[in-house]
Amino acid sequence: MDKEQNNVLLEVEDLHVSFATPVGQVNAVNGISYTLHRHEVMGIVGESGSGKTVEALTIMGLLGTNATVDSGSIRFDGQELLEKSEKDYVTFRGKEVGMIFQNPMTSLNPVYTIGRQLTEALTVHDKGITKKQAQARAIEMLTHVGITQPEKRMKQYPFELSGGMRQRVMIAMGIICHPKLLIADEPTTALDVTIQAQILDLIKKVQQETGMAVIFITHNLGVVADICDSVTVMYAGHIVEQGSARDIFYHTKHPYTQGLLRSTPSIDPDNNERLIPIPGEPVNLLALPDGCPFARRCTQCMEKCLAEKPPKTEFSPGHIAYCWLYGEGKEDGTHG
Amino acid sequence: MANSKKQHRTVARGALRRFLHNRMAVVGLVIFLCIVALTVYAVFAVDFESTTAIDPPNRLQPPSAAHWFGTDEMGRDIFARILYGARYTLSISFAATLVAVVIGGIFGAAAGYVGGQVDTLIMSVMDVFMCLPSMLLAIAIVVALGNSVGNLIWAIGVSNIPKFARIVRSSVLSVRNTEYVQAAQVIGTPVIRIIFGHILRNCLGPVIVQATLIFAMAILSVSSLSFLGLGISSPTPEWGNMLSSARANMRNHAYMVIAPGMAILLSIFSLNLLGDGLRDAIDPKMEL
Repeated sequence: MDKEQNNVLLEVEDLHVSFATPVGQVNAVNGISYTLHRHEVMGIVGESGSGKTVEALTIMGLLGTNATVDSGSIRFDGQELLEKSEKDYVTFRGKEVGMIFQNPMTSLNPVYTIGRQLTEALTVHDKGITKKQAQARAIEMLTHVGITQPEKRMKQYPFELSGGMRQRVMIAMGIICHPKLLIADEPTTALDVTIQAQILDLIKKVQQETGMAVIFITHNLGVVADICDSVTVMYAGHIVEQGSARDIFYHTKHPYTQGLLRSTPSIDPDNNERLIPIPGEPVNLLALPDGCPFARRCTQCMEKCLAEKPPKTEFSPGHIAYCWLYGEGKEDGTHG
Repeated sequence: MANSKKQHRTVARGALRRFLHNRMAVVGLVIFLCIVALTVYAVFAVDFESTTAIDPPNRLQPPSAAHWFGTDEMGRDIFARILYGARYTLSISFAATLVAVVIGGIFGAAAGYVGGQVDTLIMSVMDVFMCLPSMLLAIAIVVALGNSVGNLIWAIGVSNIPKFARIVRSSVLSVRNTEYVQAAQVIGTPVIRIIFGHILRNCLGPVIVQATLIFAMAILSVSSLSFLGLGISSPTPEWGNMLSSARANMRNHAYMVIAPGMAILLSIFSLNLLGDGLRDAIDPKMEL
């Protein structure tokens, strides 16, 4: 039990986050819980607006002023993050958790050289480091992420680098302080396909070498299958299904996950099946329905689904889904 | 490697190239540099005594080899007084611009970065100040505080604060939510360092441009206040008060008003050309 506890890096429990907007309260994250172990690569999958990024920003303590964490807890390596002051957070970000963003074209400050931005990450956390040491570390890091002629790149400005190279620089910046966790927020979305593959390989390689845990936020199931150990599927700020990558792809339980998999194109030339989209529109986060958030788009919706929140069902250790299809109330429901 | 070195400063180089291609901007820069050079020269060549010493026998002389711009009603050499006066006009204007940039910048950055109620409060106060014509505000401040170089600087500086606060606030707002600022937060950069290092660095362009234009306006304000007798007063030479005292003899001795008038006109004109050129060079996207 103790060993198990020690192995846990991040524990999110019943997290609720909402935004105050002129039209009302937007419920972006509605009671999600998960556990991330050390060295684990977890994918968070879901469509736009499902709360993936908000959840990540909550961990980093970077929610905007109009956002509030209504309830829940986030324990990272034994510390409660939601109780941290902004001052504590400054020493936490970058050092304990690194993060890389979706768009490398705009994630680097245009007025500073690559070298300056990389060494800044080092100098803010280690006041004692000399300029020379920081430079050497930065060059080492650039080599590590596969950038050729690192000495030359150090003196260049972001606009002189291609998108793929900038994302490599961002990864170098994210891991330069050896964080225990790296949050990658759709790091390949803005890149073209060949570069995507390279960046994924790089993240995989870096993860294996350093042993850090990775939270990989994406809406691309192919990416998830490629690098993730476990997968969390989110919909409208709720977790709908959670399990190992194998569970999610081969023992899919939740209708939403099934829908996602059906709407993923295949590159098999003999496969002439039409893609089946998920009908309907995403739920309005201003007014969440009483029952299952996915109910109105679900092909297997029952009366109960519209009225009550679905229960958690565990199929095998770690593989869970929130759906009435598997709950006790299954027999008195009517299909339609 | 040699090639890479050449490429390094291409952003600055691009701006410089665009600036140099703009003929009017270069003319403005040259005129302004000439004015500054003459002012610096005057620091060594003209002493205060010679600009204030009365010489009645030589009063109201038209321009000649001995007195390039002629002499005034007390027989003082107008050229020497113009050169000496530039020191006051330019340095007061410069200091006033600095006051406006620094204080306006701090308020604007705070309003833009913190947002919310702080933003509302600061910008409401700025809007109230904006309602008052800046000249009128400057006059009111000088009248209230009294006539001195220091008060003149504060009066003109303070009356220009709202303009800078607005410009800095809007640039900060546009830069604050960029991903590179978020990326800087993510690596744990402290707030102060983010504001000064990442955000304000990216707002420099519009601030420099506005500062140049405000500098031109400040010259006009200093001269106007002195003209009205609220700034530097006679016998200390200052373009505005020279113009004022020349009015009495304007009909028969027009050169007396032309000289200080041209000095004011040329400095403001050159600074405006310079400011416009800088704006086009720094922000080529802006079409104006």
